[in-house]
Amino acid sequence: MQYSCSISKLALLLLLFLVALPVSADKNWRINGNSKATKAEACVAPVPEMRRNHMEMIEHQRDITVHQGVRQTDNSLHGCIDCHANVDEKGSHIPVNAEGQFCASCHGFVAAKLDCFSCHATVPK
Amino acid sequence: MSDKTNLARRNFLAKLPAAAATAAIAPGAVLHSADIEAAPRSEPVTSKVRWGMLVDANKCADGCSACVDACNEENGLDLHTNPEGADADATKWDQQKPVWMRSVKLKDLQSGKITNLPMMCQHCEHPPCQDVCPTGASFRRADGVVLVDRHTCIGCRYCMMACPYKARSFIHENVDIKPTLAPRGKGCVESCTFCVHRLDNGQTTTACQDACAKEGHNAIIFGDLNDPESQVAKALKKYPNQQIRDDLKLNPGVHYTGI
Repeated sequence: MQYSCSISKLALLLLLFLVALPVSADKNWRINGNSKATKAEACVAPVPEMRRNHMEMIEHQRDITVHQGVRQTDNSLHGCIDCHANVDEKGSHIPVNAEGQFCASCHGFVAAKLDCFSCHATVPK
Repeated sequence: MSDKTNLARRNFLAKLPAAAATAAIAPGAVLHSADIEAAPRSEPVTSKVRWGMLVDANKCADGCSACVDACNEENGLDLHTNPEGADADATKWDQQKPVWMRSVKLKDLQSGKITNLPMMCQHCEHPPCQDVCPTGASFRRADGVVLVDRHTCIGCRYCMMACPYKARSFIHENVDIKPTLAPRGKGCVESCTFCVHRLDNGQTTTACQDACAKEGHNAIIFGDLNDPESQVAKALKKYPNQQIRDDLKLNPGVHYTGI
């Protein structure tokens, strides 16, 4: 009894998680905020792919850029920030890793540490 | 294994593609690598180009710091200030702050002759920093630029100890202002990059060279050592010059004349 109870609890939790995830992921950043991305037709890849694989795209790009000097590309972190940084009422950019902003909101939700910005700029140049 | 064996093998291997390339082109017509695109680089760098520099110490003016200042500004080093809560007197900071390019003054004790020269990463062909790096973060790019991949640097500072030119700096504290072209963070080693962001965007000058020319000294010539038509290659052919600590056989990309 005890055992099955914990199983059902687990199943309930899992169900909740599955329901909650799409809801949170559906936050539409093309509507929220005023970054360039809100006006853009599309990102460099379809949104579902970006959500799942953006870290691999950036990591692959970083190696190519640092070791081979290739800088003409869609997949640069610079490009992400250029497009996704919002502008506050005074006209200056808000860092993408500030609370509630593009990078921070999802990374906060899934508790994945964001290491890029200990070195990289968080606002467009 | 001795260094000599290594070098001979490397030399042999390095000459293979060059020989093949030369053979493929019509006799007398050797392609040069001067065709540098103006747009951001879209193809990987190749060893057809080797970036290098000739510094004329005779033209390097006493008391001038134009190149050092330009380097600091270009690479955001001037944004880096004494960390809050550190010693009020700046002695420690002066010793620890990142410096990519230093102005060095030499005095010959016998004649009293003063020589000024800028000293920075010499972009060796056989960089000791790369040899000692435990993670592969120190590396030499195909076009001869020696860099630190700060994504893999663990901040052990072996390279700083190994460098005969004292060219590298360590970032001890968190950095508040991060320029897009010069990402920088606590815990990594860095040094002169030959303004690699400029090279990758089709420019062929460094900040120090431009600043020196602006001051009217023209002590720094930068360019492709492999291209016999480049300004630097012509100057190297014309003037007697040397590499600092050439006894170490590292073949630095930076040459000096008048020292």
